[in-house]
Amino acid sequence: MTHVPAQAHAHFSEAAAERRDFTAIAQWITPGAKVLDLGCGDGALLGYLRDTLNVRGYGVEKDDANVLACVKNGINVIQMNLEEGLSGFEADSFDVVILSQTLQAVYQTERIVLEMLRVGKEAIVTFPNFGYWKHRLQLFSGGRMPVSRTLPHQWYNTPNVHLCTIADFDAFCRERNIPVSERLVITEGKTIHLFPNLLGNLAMYRFGQVG
Amino acid sequence: MTDISSVGIVTPQTAHFSEPLALKSGAVLPAYDLVYETYGALNADKSNAVLVCHALSGTHHVAGKYSEDDKHPGWWDNMIGPGKPLDTNRFFVIGVNNLGGCHGSTGPASINPATGKRWGSAFPVVTVEDWVQAQARLADHLGVKSFAAVVGGSLGGMQALQWTLTFPDRIRNALVIASAPNLTAQNMAFNEVARQAIITDPEFHGGDFYGHGVVPRRGLRIARMLGHITYLSDDAMGAKFGRKLKHDEVQYSFDVEFEMESYLRYQGDKFAGEFDANTYLRMTRALDYFDPAAEYGGDLSSALSNATADFLVVSFTSDWRFSTARSREIVKALLDNELSVTYAELTAAHGHDAFLMPDQHYHDIVRAYMENVE
Repeated sequence: MTHVPAQAHAHFSEAAAERRDFTAIAQWITPGAKVLDLGCGDGALLGYLRDTLNVRGYGVEKDDANVLACVKNGINVIQMNLEEGLSGFEADSFDVVILSQTLQAVYQTERIVLEMLRVGKEAIVTFPNFGYWKHRLQLFSGGRMPVSRTLPHQWYNTPNVHLCTIADFDAFCRERNIPVSERLVITEGKTIHLFPNLLGNLAMYRFGQVG
Repeated sequence: MTDISSVGIVTPQTAHFSEPLALKSGAVLPAYDLVYETYGALNADKSNAVLVCHALSGTHHVAGKYSEDDKHPGWWDNMIGPGKPLDTNRFFVIGVNNLGGCHGSTGPASINPATGKRWGSAFPVVTVEDWVQAQARLADHLGVKSFAAVVGGSLGGMQALQWTLTFPDRIRNALVIASAPNLTAQNMAFNEVARQAIITDPEFHGGDFYGHGVVPRRGLRIARMLGHITYLSDDAMGAKFGRKLKHDEVQYSFDVEFEMESYLRYQGDKFAGEFDANTYLRMTRALDYFDPAAEYGGDLSSALSNATADFLVVSFTSDWRFSTARSREIVKALLDNELSVTYAELTAAHGHDAFLMPDQHYHDIVRAYMENVE
């Protein structure tokens, strides 16, 4: 097997501490599962899941610098553009397909979600909730597009083309008969049960057969 | 000044093999020589060997120079050396001239011991599988049980892929660059035109031109000119030559009018003066015949089910002779087999030739991958 440098392991656990959805995603994944991470960045999530759950994983990434970072981190990465679909992957060939905080940056949202459900027995989608009260407040009182830890870009340089709220995504799934098996809404690492579309910063959805 | 990133002055060596080699065609090569070069040092447990497989016109001279004032280092000198992506401080790198070649290994221009004359047309057709068998015997000769990596671009990438199928226990990583799981009809068509140029040259003499004291230069030259067109992208040719004229104004003649023609003629002449026509025929045939999926009803995933190596697959966006789509077919088959694979699709302007170019990102990817090879 290819060697994973020691500093990569440290990077994975640091990234997990920084990205609150990593640990939450890990709760939905069975040890040893075969995982596909779409828009995998430098491979930190896959590295974290491999180190903690011994998953077998591949990342998909289009950006050169991120692909290089994955190679350095010893992560299997396939360089391609998600927008072209997942034709290089067989149906049901993965236990879980993950789209972590990437949904809002893709153009072909519907196509990608359906492709995830084709390729994966399960799918996990996480995204920043545009309906979070701090985002609403910035728009309502300041009259400016929200900028926060989960939405760090300005309106003119954001890669986010399809921002949505939890209510929007619920409706999206309902209208397409996409069965949601679990939904988790978190803010600063805490689970939000009451008024999730208002109080939740990060939305996490789980699709497909559970168990 | 000494270049510290160069392997420096190198000397080719020759290994003789007296055990007959049964070829895929059914022919048997009774004995043969392989000429090779090595860079770096084999470690104590002999685990750091890397085999570099050459493409159509490549040789065993992969890196370094033959003398201080040698202006032409090995063909992949930008990739291999101390501190380079294939770091000879860590790896023991082997370059070998394949069977049927014309740079020292046994080939059509060698003496056939049975007749005392040059093999010529009688030299058998060799395949990628045959080369891998011969390379494995060279590995035995050098005491290498298992390669840390086998690396190649184009036809060399096919050999790296074949290694994972023929000797899965003897290869830990395969770097398959600008390659394909087989050639398309269009790709084979270019090979056929090149061979026809050679075979129909009156000085080819059915492949036995050696005895006539001639060389089918015209055929070889045209074959090479055609090849060069397909190794470059339209954009790269445009950037390099455009419609630039050789002279200040057009001459209304059929002599060299455009710079591009001058380049092609120069490349053709150079090649015709140093390459063997019979070798060219065999190299292109090895390309044509390579098709590991053929025995599996065209199912590449089944064909690769034997492989256990980790893979780095690299393609270049402007390469139309070995397109990115062909590399993706390899990647898909590897994914179907749940093998460890990384695929880099590099944005490059140089066409197929990009795999030989010192592009920073390309080299960073290979370096990063090799740094994690144990």
